Amino acid sequence: MSSPQPQMPQAAPSWEAAPGAAHPASGAAHPAPGSPYPGYTSPIPVVRTHLGHAIASEWTKIRSVRSTMWTLGVFVLLVVGIGLLTGVVVSSSSSDLAGENALSLGFFGLLLGSMCIITLGVLTTASEYGTGMIRTTMVACPSRGRVLAAKAIVFFLVAFVVTLVSSSVVAFLHVAMLADNGAKDPTGGEWLKGTVGIALYIALLGLLSLVVGSIIRHSAGAITIMIGTVLAPLVIALFMFSESLEAVRDALFEYSIPNQLSVFYANSLSQSGPSGWDPLWIILGVTAVAFGGAFALLEKRDV
Amino acid sequence: MIELEGLTKRYGEKVAVNNLSFTVRPGIVTGFLGPNGAGKSTTMRMILGLDHPTAGSVRIDGKHYHQLKEPLTYIGALLEAKAWHGGRTAYNHLLCLAQSNGIARSRVREVLETVGLTAVARKKTKGFSMGMGQRLGIAAALLGDPRILMFDEPVNGLDPEGIHWIRTLMKSLAAQGRTVFVSSHLMSEMALTAEHLVVIGQGRLLADTSMADFIARNSRSYVRVRSPQRERMLDVLHQAGIVAVESGDGVLEVDGGKAELVGELAARHGLTLHELSPQQASLEEAFMQLTAESVEYHAHSETSPPPPQQQWGDGWKRG
Repeated sequence: MSSPQPQMPQAAPSWEAAPGAAHPASGAAHPAPGSPYPGYTSPIPVVRTHLGHAIASEWTKIRSVRSTMWTLGVFVLLVVGIGLLTGVVVSSSSSDLAGENALSLGFFGLLLGSMCIITLGVLTTASEYGTGMIRTTMVACPSRGRVLAAKAIVFFLVAFVVTLVSSSVVAFLHVAMLADNGAKDPTGGEWLKGTVGIALYIALLGLLSLVVGSIIRHSAGAITIMIGTVLAPLVIALFMFSESLEAVRDALFEYSIPNQLSVFYANSLSQSGPSGWDPLWIILGVTAVAFGGAFALLEKRDV
Repeated sequence: MIELEGLTKRYGEKVAVNNLSFTVRPGIVTGFLGPNGAGKSTTMRMILGLDHPTAGSVRIDGKHYHQLKEPLTYIGALLEAKAWHGGRTAYNHLLCLAQSNGIARSRVREVLETVGLTAVARKKTKGFSMGMGQRLGIAAALLGDPRILMFDEPVNGLDPEGIHWIRTLMKSLAAQGRTVFVSSHLMSEMALTAEHLVVIGQGRLLADTSMADFIARNSRSYVRVRSPQRERMLDVLHQAGIVAVESGDGVLEVDGGKAELVGELAARHGLTLHELSPQQASLEEAFMQLTAESVEYHAHSETSPPPPQQQWGDGWKRG
């Protein structure tokens, strides 16, 4: 992504200039035309900044730290690696998929891989608080909402593209590998859900983590909260033996993130609960609400 | 120009900055002096819109900070050292700042050259020494070629060569007509760079004066006189029209540089002198006196010398 930058003249202001040696464009201590405030006027042209500048800045930030490469590298490794492994195991065991479509095997890799996207999402915002970078960022861009929006856009696009590519690769591999195991050819709708749908869901889950990171302002804390959100409902449901709690248990089960993830592969662990594209609308709503909260808190709190 | 008006910041019960009003003018270096915990950094954060004031306001050339659309070209700030991600290279750190304000890439290389970090531009900043960190922070402040520059404790961690460099830089920036606002807790440092002085203690304004005025008013010279015949010495001085003050331990202090006069008077009257020494109260002492009441963190140590011209323990006896 290249930033929208106008070409500027190379005439550099001379910093080491002796006191009084004024720039050609600016007399020392001359007031700016029409300004009641005297002082220095820079020869560098001033650009009206907008969201595009903030996005260019955030793109530079996300690509210039190693944690991005690590989390995304491990993500691709998990999704493609586990996908290949399950593909090989299932195809060599000559088990019959009995009309299931082959895409559903991609679920396991993505469930584990989502932890990496969650981590990267949290780090995008929370790590700036840990390092003190946030103060530099907010001084450079006093519009705090613009900073959060730019971070969200850049992160979402990165997470979406990486997830889409990895899940598509795994999907194609599975369909090719399992053609002889009685797997049904996926329909167009299933292809869409198993690639674009799941990529949107994972990217939104990452975006929710980014927003939580902005609210919590602490990397380890926010990552713990997000991983808890993913795993806790399922684990808690497992221990609800009592019959009186059956309704609660079922709800926890059906709306747990792993189960919602499996809905995209049409192999939901339960028969009721969210189906079709429901999980996407649910996480979209949750993320939107969290985003609103993060915006409000960002404006209200001191950096 | 930075204008503060009744700026106040309260953290719960604690008042960090208390009704501060002053103006930082262009064309000169303004020193912002105060002991640790006086509220200097909090004030600077409020100027930069990082902290919301509890009351009052601060304007930069008439505007609130958040109204500045391209702030780095208006005001450059060195906040506390190393306010950045250590895993990013110096070049990329400056690049992302430049991009957020629409500043050309070429400018990043220029400021790296100015602060002398070109050789390590592609190195991760976590390996930087304190001095290199300060230089990178200064590079970030200079990035937008701003009209106003704010430095929070810029000489911290710099070697003598670096300190000399930053002094010269600040003076030349001010000479170009820029507003330069520098905080420090070292009076001696400010005496060398600042033309104007704002002193705060416990968040309150203690002085807002030109450096020349401050020096004229506070660099008192006097003569220390110690004699076993103290009463007679006092009479003799009194008769000669010289004002002497008793400062405890039998020591007399005579204002002005009149050591010769005092010595001749003593000889003429056959008085024994145990000490006759010209003294100069340093600016550091004047600063300590000014802020003595408002120092937040006293070191209650037996070995620390009491500030001169003041009874040790005045503060706690009254408090």
